[in-house]
Amino acid sequence: MVVAAELLLDLLIIMGLQSHLYVFLPLRQELLKWNGWGYNDSKFIFNKKGQAEFTGKRYRLGGMVLPTFKEWMEKTFGASLDHKTTSRATLNVNDVPPSIVKEEFLQDLRAAKISYSQDAEDRVFRAHGHCLHEIFILREGMFKRVPDIVVWPVCHEDVVKIVELACKHNLCIIPFGGGTSVSSALECPEEEKRTIVSLDTSQMNRILWIDEKNLTACVEAGIVGQDLENQLAESGFCTGHEPDSMEFSSLGGWVATRASGMKKTIYGNIEDMVIHIKMVTPRGIVEKNCQVPRMSTGPDIHHFIMGSEGTLGVVTEVTIKIRPVPEYQKYGSVVFPNFERGVACLREVAKQRCAPASIRLVDNAQFQFGKYVDLLRQISLSKGFNLLLFKGFDPNILCVATLLFEGDREKVLQHEKQVYDIATKFGGLAAGEDNGQRGYMLTFVIAYLRDLGLDYYVIGESFETSVPWDRVLDLCRNVKERIVRECKEKGVQFAPLSTCRVTQTYDAGACVYFYFAFNYRGISDPIHVYEQIERAAREEILANGGSLSHHHGVGKLRKRWMKESISDVGLGMLRSVKEYVDPNNIFGNKNLL
Amino acid sequence: MAPPIARRSRPPPSLPQRARQPSRGGAGRWVPREVAAAGRPLRRGRAAERGAGRRGGARNTMAAATAAAAPGRGRRGAPMYSQKELTSKKRDEFEDILEERRLSSDLRYAMKCYTPVIYKGLSPCKPNAIKSAVLQSEQVQYVIKQLAKEMGESPDIIQEEAMEILDEMGHNMQLGAVRFFAFTLSKIFKQLFQRVCVNEEGMQRLQHAIQEHPVVLLPSHRSYIDFLMLSYLLYTYDLALPVIAAGIDFLGMKIVGELLRRAGAFFMRRSFGGNRLYWAVFAEYVKTMLRNGYAPVEFFLEGTRSRTAKTLTPKFGLLSIVMEPFFKREVFDTYLVPISISYERILEESLYAYELLGVPKPKESTSGLLKARRILSDNFGTIHIYIGQPVSLRTLASGRINRCPYNLVPRHLPQKPSEDIQEFVSDVAYKMELLQIENMVLSPWVLVAAVLLQNLPAMDFELLIEKTLWLKGLTQTFGGFIEWPDNLCAKKAIMSGLTLHSNIARLVDGHVVLNDKGVEDGGVGEVVFKHALAILTCATYRNQLLNVFVRPSLVAIALQMTRSFRKEEVYNYFSFLRDVFSDEFIFFPGISLKDFEEGCFLLTKCDAIQTNQQEIYPTNKGGVIVSFLSAMFTPFVEGYQLIFRYLSKEAKEAFTEKQFIPGVRNFVFQLLEKGNTQCYEALSSDMQKNALAALVLLGAVKKEKMSNGFTYNVNQEAVNKILDMFDARIPVQKPVAARL
Repeated sequence: MVVAAELLLDLLIIMGLQSHLYVFLPLRQELLKWNGWGYNDSKFIFNKKGQAEFTGKRYRLGGMVLPTFKEWMEKTFGASLDHKTTSRATLNVNDVPPSIVKEEFLQDLRAAKISYSQDAEDRVFRAHGHCLHEIFILREGMFKRVPDIVVWPVCHEDVVKIVELACKHNLCIIPFGGGTSVSSALECPEEEKRTIVSLDTSQMNRILWIDEKNLTACVEAGIVGQDLENQLAESGFCTGHEPDSMEFSSLGGWVATRASGMKKTIYGNIEDMVIHIKMVTPRGIVEKNCQVPRMSTGPDIHHFIMGSEGTLGVVTEVTIKIRPVPEYQKYGSVVFPNFERGVACLREVAKQRCAPASIRLVDNAQFQFGKYVDLLRQISLSKGFNLLLFKGFDPNILCVATLLFEGDREKVLQHEKQVYDIATKFGGLAAGEDNGQRGYMLTFVIAYLRDLGLDYYVIGESFETSVPWDRVLDLCRNVKERIVRECKEKGVQFAPLSTCRVTQTYDAGACVYFYFAFNYRGISDPIHVYEQIERAAREEILANGGSLSHHHGVGKLRKRWMKESISDVGLGMLRSVKEYVDPNNIFGNKNLL
Repeated sequence: MAPPIARRSRPPPSLPQRARQPSRGGAGRWVPREVAAAGRPLRRGRAAERGAGRRGGARNTMAAATAAAAPGRGRRGAPMYSQKELTSKKRDEFEDILEERRLSSDLRYAMKCYTPVIYKGLSPCKPNAIKSAVLQSEQVQYVIKQLAKEMGESPDIIQEEAMEILDEMGHNMQLGAVRFFAFTLSKIFKQLFQRVCVNEEGMQRLQHAIQEHPVVLLPSHRSYIDFLMLSYLLYTYDLALPVIAAGIDFLGMKIVGELLRRAGAFFMRRSFGGNRLYWAVFAEYVKTMLRNGYAPVEFFLEGTRSRTAKTLTPKFGLLSIVMEPFFKREVFDTYLVPISISYERILEESLYAYELLGVPKPKESTSGLLKARRILSDNFGTIHIYIGQPVSLRTLASGRINRCPYNLVPRHLPQKPSEDIQEFVSDVAYKMELLQIENMVLSPWVLVAAVLLQNLPAMDFELLIEKTLWLKGLTQTFGGFIEWPDNLCAKKAIMSGLTLHSNIARLVDGHVVLNDKGVEDGGVGEVVFKHALAILTCATYRNQLLNVFVRPSLVAIALQMTRSFRKEEVYNYFSFLRDVFSDEFIFFPGISLKDFEEGCFLLTKCDAIQTNQQEIYPTNKGGVIVSFLSAMFTPFVEGYQLIFRYLSKEAKEAFTEKQFIPGVRNFVFQLLEKGNTQCYEALSSDMQKNALAALVLLGAVKKEKMSNGFTYNVNQEAVNKILDMFDARIPVQKPVAARL
């Protein structure tokens, strides 16, 4: 693969990188881990001294040594550096199910000048998202079913051709964007007998135009979040959509899952940002006739598309709102004596509709974790600690809110004061900008931690929900407790990490994120146990009046609860749309319905 | 008193179970975080720790199905009442707590350092803080606003009313009062009782439960002593004292009412169905205490003291209140703890008999209490308190409750429980009562009473001993929990029972006779009354056996009545009896077939019957058992027939319960006077009410709510039909039998 890539690279150089080359490279794939999260060069390791270290230079944490992290691992999970599991070093190509593609289809592809690959690594790379069981399979097993072929359209027209060909040959298409799904949405249905085509949108990554008068940009759907922001920034704009996966996830993926970004308070969730969507379906192209802020033309067809999770077609082009890059950004943090007070404060902030760009409240367990991960934070907190103790804060109960303000300087400062004033009323104590900033930085590296845990018998996952304000506390407490109990019942030998944070505030409720991990030593089928516990946790969420998902989507992981979530009739409505748009189930990833 | 010997043959009750998890070093184990604070040994006073002598053995080693909450599904699926593990019961052993009180200072005991084990999530607060939290709660405020709007009054006035309700209701637990009770009750209990025995393992389980989740204590109710004793017990073991739902009648007692309030009693009016404000305040008061984990909440499922020593059918109101915080997920779980309190001799026994015969119960009053102090010179034997396994409400509810109704309405709005919730509450109530019954301790005297009542007017003492021993074996086969006094031979044990109950029966010339004083002189009416009194008092003890025997006995009666060996016919009759007696005995709702199978199983186990696919017939030697069992329930079969006959012939068009009871009593009384029946127990107002309720349930009597209570209308034809079925003149037809 590497050799082939180099050859092709040479070829590219020779041919002068012309825009209408039909051999395109999955370059990005080369930068990313094949069996874990994120970039190849960025990961947590234990160095020779047994201290944790984050490698690579991409993140601010890069190269930093975390002397107490090991202690945290040991204390929290009972994990030990002596007990290590190792992933397979490379993919065993022989294990990969063979690619079965009819020659006629390949001929048609070539005729349409669409690049494709039947390479095992390419196909496995697109056979999964980032659910725990998927990563576990990559490390130790093999998927029963992977795509038979990967295609790389470079524009809307290519997609139209591919969908036409799929209909003609009766194939199954699974659209693939950034591959960061955590709902088993990318897994190939085992029983699918047709050829599975993975439609990789990564080469459709251009900004087609920017309309400064209306503050909109038309962008191809395959663009990755970070690239989009960087390229817009060159013209002084941004979308402001920042999901935690923004380095890897794509615009099309956001639309297909109803994504939500950290700064939704200012910029809105994806459904608030999208002005126009073009989607290719087996029935044809669906889009609106104009690019307007709102229209009253029956139910909004965008809402059939957003959250359709690849079951109806491929999103190819999206017109999205843009904003001038904010003049000023300021981080902040507040310490609360306990989680209850913290939630009460967030509720008040939401009530007064003065939430900053981002406001997050982490519980004590995550506060403790942050302490161990970040060297600098430790120092600054220990300085602050005396103050905290003096004020009667119990370090084993207190919790922290991190804040991000954006806008013009004066307003930010004003806004900041307003929020801190509210916080004070709830016993909050300002804990500085640095702590806030580090909190947000952790968001991006936290995903790398799972890979480290996996090396030491620790498995874990995050999941989310949305819940009315009055139930936030009960839900958080009960779900955490349920996880602990389930672990115990299932024979997990060490108490798990079971922690949560409130990550988004709305008028009527909040989004809550749970992290859950445990040491699986002594358990013969850890993934099964893990899945049982996760399911129990979801049951608990639903019983506490929480939603099935706030922004991760349903995929195949949470399908079983769809009927309960949207009623029989609701499900029937979605089914009838699917039946009309895709009667032959070309988009057969079996998500959602 | 036995010499001081090593006190325990089992490992000392020390750390909570959790702490016993295998520990292999390393942090993050299950143990340290949670248990560090919790892991303390169950303790009683110092004498126990010194290892003072204990009575010489005789621990009851038979057994209890500790009945770990069987996860239940729908009724039609696997019901949550699983058939008891009838063969291998393991019950805990008992310890006498009075023993220690007799050895050390009561004053010191009352003044001991009391630092109870409490709920881990407790946010400590004072009784008054709870009251104001209740008053300010969204729930109560919502109802206040609603009422204000409807009645056009100012919310302040209604708020005031709510405050008054709270003041009337609220407890005011104070350590001083608790210590006062600790002292006086020690003195009184030592006077009244020989021993107060408790299963320490149960206390230990309770200790863990209290720390983990809010706890609801559900004791059986036979006497006023019940709640005093339970609080006394928890104080002795250093557990959080419960708040107790008591009838408002106690407030009629000066000083005592206030004392009880300070000891943790809160008071509820007897009926407040229509009063929305009262309901809201009361429910919120109970729920607030439960949610905060302020203290275990204690109430009696039976609603009132059972005058017959038979478990009364459960009341659902309070139970559904304490379950609601879990349904709404305001708490993670709630533990329900069934507690069985058995008295060798019931303090109120003669009062009860009078009451059942229609002599009204004296109003609770302090002077009455003082008058009753003469009982202090009497001996009331031993009390057994069995703390059952805490049952997790979460486990019971798993898979049964549709969560939707609670998610779609704000939680502070009053909401009528859905049908499946109501059904669930009822199932839980019955399950808890069955668990109580299972762990009720039966004394030898209970067996004697059962034998004696079948052999009136007099029975040869030796024969009585023989039959009692025989019944003991049978009772144990049926899973009854007999506590035979320390190593006593049968004769001595029965003699001691006779001595303890000399007011009921006595030995005359080698024969045991009922002690119906004053029967000889007096008119016919008086004779009947006195005789009824003696029989009803005696029956109170036999009654303690009935719920253990009811399933096999109803099978036995069905066998006799149908004179058929066909299983289907026998089952139909059994099922009919079960319906008729549904208020008389405790049956888990909707599992007639299982009850039948259990009855058959027990009869097979004692070789009384043999069964195959289609047939069921008594064995040669089984006749004795079958006729004994059916004779045990004859008073009920005959009594119900008398009452039904009254209803079919004598009753007026429409009547109230107040008219019904004296009517039927006179009817039975006359028959007794004429010697046309010997069924004295039909005079019991308890049986009369139950029979009426059964007919309502069977649809033969219509019950209607009127402005002044309920009125009843008899459907003569239907009652006659039921009577005919009772006499087995017409076969019972039931389609349900298909599954047999």
